[in-house]
Amino acid sequence: MRRWSFQYYLLLAPAVLLSVAVVLAPGLMTAYVAFTDWNGVSLSMNWIGTVNFEKIFADRVFWQALGNNIRWTLLFLTVPVGIGLLTAMLLLKRGRTRTVYQMIYLGPYVLAPVTNAILWLNIILNPVSGLLRHVRHLFPRDSPLAPLRSPLGSPDTALYFVAMVDIWHYWGFLTVIYLAALRQTPQELVEAATVEGAGVLQLFRFIYLPTILPTVLLMFVIITIFSFLTFEYVYIMTGGGPAHGSEMLSTYAYTLAFNALQYGKAAATGLVMSFFGLAASMFYVWMSRREVSA
Amino acid sequence: MTPRRTSASATRRLAPAAAGVSRLRRLLGPLGSHLVLIFFAFTALAPLALVAINTLKTHREVVRSPLAVPGEPHWDNFELAWRYGQFSRGFVNSALLSGTAVVTVLVCATLAGYVLARRRVRHWRAVTIYFMLAMTVPIQLFLFPLYYFFARVLGLLGSLYGVGVVLAALNMPLAVFLMRAFFLAVPEQLEEAARIDGANTVRVLWSVLIPPVRPGLITVAVIVGLQAWNEFLITRTFLGQESITATLGLLSMNGTFTDNMSVMMAGTLLMIVPPLLFFVLVQRYFIEGLISGALKG
Repeated sequence: MRRWSFQYYLLLAPAVLLSVAVVLAPGLMTAYVAFTDWNGVSLSMNWIGTVNFEKIFADRVFWQALGNNIRWTLLFLTVPVGIGLLTAMLLLKRGRTRTVYQMIYLGPYVLAPVTNAILWLNIILNPVSGLLRHVRHLFPRDSPLAPLRSPLGSPDTALYFVAMVDIWHYWGFLTVIYLAALRQTPQELVEAATVEGAGVLQLFRFIYLPTILPTVLLMFVIITIFSFLTFEYVYIMTGGGPAHGSEMLSTYAYTLAFNALQYGKAAATGLVMSFFGLAASMFYVWMSRREVSA
Repeated sequence: MTPRRTSASATRRLAPAAAGVSRLRRLLGPLGSHLVLIFFAFTALAPLALVAINTLKTHREVVRSPLAVPGEPHWDNFELAWRYGQFSRGFVNSALLSGTAVVTVLVCATLAGYVLARRRVRHWRAVTIYFMLAMTVPIQLFLFPLYYFFARVLGLLGSLYGVGVVLAALNMPLAVFLMRAFFLAVPEQLEEAARIDGANTVRVLWSVLIPPVRPGLITVAVIVGLQAWNEFLITRTFLGQESITATLGLLSMNGTFTDNMSVMMAGTLLMIVPPLLFFVLVQRYFIEGLISGALKG
């Protein structure tokens, strides 16, 4: 086996080298740039220590973005998870219709974020042509939905409406994953519990939940990681506004790099985001270590 | 045996008096859950249906009521959307971009997935952990230096093939894990038999191992293809106007067609239909890919 080893490193090389060139090397470079005054254009790059971090930590917008990311994470850990679990439990008992429901639920998930965002912006949330304007008389006068403006136009509601669109697109994925996990529950356990007279809630609490717990936890980790990276819907629908009301760390970093040419600060923000991602990844690797050594 | 049937027969055996209640529940249970499931199906599909019914109207009709069915159909909305969204160029470019990403990923991930599944190298564990971490690295962490390198050093700004390879690299970890899982399901004896007959590694991979993992190749192609087709951040940053994709074409219409919402909706429908059709055709592979990516990866 040993004498074949070199040949196998060659087979592994394309995948690893490509990933190293696109992800690892630039990632390490970002870690370096975060401590310099590089503007992304010029050739001069001076080591300035932790100045970039001090600058972003002193920026009110940075903290607002971080707060919004946390709010976003909490929303995603509850709403789509709840819908996903409920629909998966109900689908578990369906026969032939199960596939049809799954396909319908995944519809928004397979569409481009740009398509979904533009759809909601124009035909639902738009203050002139949107469905919300058409049905605004159904809401009380002082509600943000009542007047002739988009709920995306108010710093207090923008974040929640962007999150709503992203959740609309996302929850079907969780239904499919939870359903797959639920179906691995040993049928004898379910039958035994049913004979003992367990109700639906008891079945879920004592039979199904313990089986799918690893999957539920893994999804929590993945949702947390991607909530700190969320970008597309926010960037397309509000650009982080109004008044930074829906600013995320990702849009904050993107604006710093490509609009303000402050690469050092953008890199520092990228590092902070990675810190949350890395913490969750570590947890993820630790959880899957059984898989790796199996 | 389905759990529902079991519960009914068990109840009948245990307590004949409860049979009436059970029959009622058997009737209401499915009905109630269908109602809830249909409600969620409605929330998933209604916004898409709303787009469809507004494509053939005039702007005035849309503003009057987005819910009304169109009167006289205005097919020219699609013609305008096709022209202003530059879709004839966009769809070709999106196909080239996704095709590049899919081919690159299939070649690299198959080779790597095989080596990791069979643990042919001493550092298989380190490589596995590297890919796990690479899967969760935020794009913002490597986007800026990558952009600099890609644009200024390689001069690839606007290159569809270049961006396709970048997207391949981003999807590589997931693809490697999927292929690894599919190779693990192939019995090792198959390979050993071929080796005893004197086949070398390339031959073993190509003619012995590829046929049984073909569903895996389709799964990876479907997942990566859709991912690349839908991607926004990298495409938007690395491709200029000259190599506009379908997604970027629709985005360029946004904001300029506020006075002609029906054209905007026609453009949106042009972006909704192809991925949905594709998904319906390959849903088995797509769902399988999602599940094994999340549960086995």
